[in-house]
Order: sequence, then C-alpha cells, then structure tokens
Amino acid sequence: MGTWSALAYLVAAVCFIMALRGLSSPVSARSGLRFGVAGMTIAVATTLALPGVSSFGPIVAAIALGGIIGAVVAIKIQMTALPQLVAAFHSLVGLAAVCVAVAAFTNPAAYGIGVPGAIVAGSLVEMSLGTAIGAITFTGSIIAFAKLQGLVSGSPVIFKGQHPLNALLGLILLALIVTLVVTNASLAFVMIVLLSFLIGVLIIIPIGGADMPVVVSMLNSYSGWAACGIGFTLENNLLIITGSLVGSSGAILSYIMCKGMNRSFISVILGGFGGESVAGAAGGQGDKQVKSGSAEDAAFILKNAASVIIIPGYGMAVAQAQHALKEMGDTLIKEGVQVRYAIHPVAGRMPGHMNVLLAEANVPYDDVIELDDINRDFAQTDVAFVIGANDITNPAAKTDPTSPIYGMPILDVERARTVLFIKRSLASGYAGIENELFFYDNTMMLFGDAKKMCEDIIKSLEG
Amino acid sequence: MDQTPSAQNLPGAVDQLKQAVELLNHKVDLLYAEAAQLAAQHPGASETFLVMGITVFVLAIFVGYYVVWHVTPALHSPLMSVTNAISSVIVVGALIAAGPAEFGLSKIFGLAAVVLASINIFGGFIVTQRMLAMFRKKK
Repeated sequence: MGTWSALAYLVAAVCFIMALRGLSSPVSARSGLRFGVAGMTIAVATTLALPGVSSFGPIVAAIALGGIIGAVVAIKIQMTALPQLVAAFHSLVGLAAVCVAVAAFTNPAAYGIGVPGAIVAGSLVEMSLGTAIGAITFTGSIIAFAKLQGLVSGSPVIFKGQHPLNALLGLILLALIVTLVVTNASLAFVMIVLLSFLIGVLIIIPIGGADMPVVVSMLNSYSGWAACGIGFTLENNLLIITGSLVGSSGAILSYIMCKGMNRSFISVILGGFGGESVAGAAGGQGDKQVKSGSAEDAAFILKNAASVIIIPGYGMAVAQAQHALKEMGDTLIKEGVQVRYAIHPVAGRMPGHMNVLLAEANVPYDDVIELDDINRDFAQTDVAFVIGANDITNPAAKTDPTSPIYGMPILDVERARTVLFIKRSLASGYAGIENELFFYDNTMMLFGDAKKMCEDIIKSLEG
Repeated sequence: MDQTPSAQNLPGAVDQLKQAVELLNHKVDLLYAEAAQLAAQHPGASETFLVMGITVFVLAIFVGYYVVWHVTPALHSPLMSVTNAISSVIVVGALIAAGPAEFGLSKIFGLAAVVLASINIFGGFIVTQRMLAMFRKKK
C-alpha cells in the first residue's frame, strides 16, 4: 500500500472518530454524521484509486445496487421498527465480513498474504477469527431480527445441555482454526464458516425479548470486531481502527444496558431470562384489590395536576401511541400542567429506543429526562403516567430480594401522588413478574390499548 | 576471410560465457542464502505488521472508549445506526477483492460483499439522518 493511500485512510479514521464524538450532544450530532459520511467517501475513493483495483463497471453497479436497496429501506422504515432494522443491518456487516474473508482465502495474492494453499500462518489466524465473528454476527443478528419482528417467539429457547453444547462447539471451532493454519485446507475454512453460523444461532435463541437491548448492542460490538479481524488479515489500519471503535462502542452500550437491568453480561448471554416458567407466580394475588378507571377519570386527574411525568415503555412502541401521547401532553401543557418524560435505560428493545420515538412525535429532547436525573422528582410529582412500561416501574426491584429483578434500578413512580397505569390486562411484563404497583392505593389502572386510551383522554380533556 | 578469426575464437567465447553464467549462478546462490539468513534473523513483513496492528488496535479501543462514554443516552439509537454504517468500512476489503480485471470466485465474493456493505452504508447513514432530524430543542 502506498504512503498516500495510508495517509488518506488515516484521515478517514479520524473522520470516524469525529463522527462518534459528534453524538455527545443532539446539537453536534448532525455535524458528526457529516464526518461519518466524509470518512466513508474518503475510504471508498482511496480504495478505488489503488493500483490493483481496475474493474470499475461491476463495482459501481454493486455499490449502486446496494445503495438503492439501503436507501429505500432506510427511508421507508417505520421508527417503531428500528430495532429490527438495526439487527438486520448488523447481519449484513457480518455476512460481508465472511464474503471478504472467503475472497481473501481464494485469492490471497490480491492482498499480499501468500498464494492459495500457502497463506501466511498469522494471516490465517486473523482470517479465521474475522470469519468466525462475522458468521456469528450474521446468524445471531438474523435470529435477533426474527425475534424483534415477531417472526419467531420472543421467549427464550432453552434445552438441556445447551451450554455444554455451545462450549463443545467453541472447542471444535478452535480445533478447526488450528487445522486450517497447519494444513491450509479449504475444507477446514468452510467448516469454520458453517460452524460459526450454527454458533450464532445457538447463542441468541436462549435470550429473551426483554434482554434484546443487550443483544442488539452486543451484535453491534461483534460487527466491529469482525471488521477488525478482517483488518488484521488485510493489514489495513483503517479497518482495525474503525472496527475497534465500533467494537468498543457496542461493548459500552452492552455494559450500560446490563447495568440498567442490574444483571451481569454473562447472565444475559447465558439467557433463559423472561421465560413463561416464572409467570406462574401471578396466581397468588387474587385477593388484592385493583382500582381501575376510565379515560374520563384519568383526564380529570391529569387536568387538576400541577406536574406530570410520563413513563413510556415498549408497549408504547407496539401500540404506535407516541403521537397520541404527545398530543395529550400538549393539551395538558395548554392547561398549565408541567409535562416531562422519564426514560429508563432499557425501556424498549434497543438503546435509546424511547428517545427516538418521542423525538419522532416532536417531543423536545430537553423534556425527555434520564432515570438518574428525574428519579428524585417523583416525590414532588402529582401524576406518574405509565404507558407501555411495566418491569422498569416494579417496586419489587427495591423491596423483594427474592424477585428476579431485585436490585434493578427502577423509576420510582410509586412516590408520585397518583400513578396512572395504562395496560391491556393484568398480565405480567416481559420478565414474567407480577407488578405489585397495580395494587397500590395510589395506583389507578387504565385498561385498554395505549393509543386509544390517549386519544380518549384527549377527548375528555377537550370536552 | 575476415570472418575466420572470430570463428576460430568461438569455442573460447562459449567457454567464457559458460564461466560467466556459472559465476552468476554462484552469486545468485550466495544472495539467496544471504536473503534467507536475513529473513530468518528479522521478522517478516507480516509479523512486523502484526505488532503495529495490535498497537493501533489497542489505542483505537481506548479512543473508542473515551469518545463513546460521552455519548448522551438520548442518542444511543443513532449511535448504533451510525456505528453500524461505519463498520461497513469493510467495503475496503471487498473492493480490493472485486478490483482485479480477471473474473474468479474471489471477485464474485468481493462484489457480493460490496453490495452488502453498500446497503449498510447508505441505509445506516440515511436512517441515522432521519433520527437526528427528529431531535429538536424546545421552541
């Protein structure tokens, strides 16, 4: 690689760093995005100018084809379907990494790492790692996509001997990599790809719907590490830098999500959380009284409140209720009520999911407040309005050491004077745990569809 | 008859040439041995890169850690979609595979990877743009 192309790659890498830096605030985020686009343009243009690259016709056609598909999907996608989309995109990075590795394996001379049948040992190790991580990212993301899209059940798939099986497959994978390095055999390479595809499926199926924010960020991280592995194979610093940036970014998000649930990364990965098996505990609550109210009751309480905090959850996304909710908020603001939104780190199905949906509904971002910053205010708040959230408001996380979610940071909604809780039924949340908040004296349940309920409340407020 | 002297000298010239070739062969052998010795003493280009690559790798992880730690939680979704888009920088490897003029298995996989990565690049950046466009301050 020439000096100039190496320097251009460095510029591209700096652009990517600036792109991530820009996201530290909504104000600088758009300029960050421009840095990202510039970095990618420089990277592609530099590569096209390399002496070995001459077949421009097919390349331009391939970029145009991919570009059109990507653009159409990105423009058409509903914001509520964002987690699925991101999972699907991750799978493509994984598959692209596998394709590049296969290309490098069949034509190593193009990358200067040897000739077919006699590839440098170090390159083979890096190539196998990049391939394996890419392949795991590919099938893992497809499973995550299928769960998020509702193509398969979101509940964890668990069978006997699951973890020993995974460990065994991991060891076989390791043996295959050693075999590949020693023998250069194509069969070993193919086996690595196929086995990694299988491992990708197996490590995601035991993870339940509520843990999806961790899964999505973890796969985000993997897609970066895959790019990194390929970067080592191709001896390309840009790929290594960018891969590491993405890898560490995804890892940090996974960490933040795990912390938001007070669970260790390992326990999330091992899966099994949120199974229907836990849900049976709901039976013993029969004698407790639940107060339920109508949209008119809710409208009356809201109208007479001085301050309202709205707590959205995944249910809001499912019901597409964000616009109706924002309209309800606006009506209340007109009545002189202070309205704010409280976001739990793991509300929704991906990091920042609720923030994007509220932004889509035109809620200003300075009204949307993170858990740590708003939790203290519930005690001075008249109404906590819970819409589509459940586990993240469950006081059992603070009071009941036997609860599976004990220790998880929750929004202290029960401290508000009144809690209005929109819910379809008394069913438990994704963690499969009864929410004792339903039976509190200051809680009023509003049974019904989230969107319809908001619209009915607006009608009563205006009527 | 002026050709005669050179014709007489021909066997001698051939001998000289043979000697010269032998000498050259010997020198090549020596050079080869020297190169092999050098290669044995110094790490190959690939190994040198490995060390540098690992250096870059570790430093980049630190950069990533410090940069991403400052990302506001409200922008975690755009962060994911933008990192997804830039991880498609793997397109660089795909372009090199798709680059050569001659057609082969490697080129097919290269082109496939170019398509996949392009979906991500365009899709990822556009969807990030859509998200960021929605975030607004209070009027």
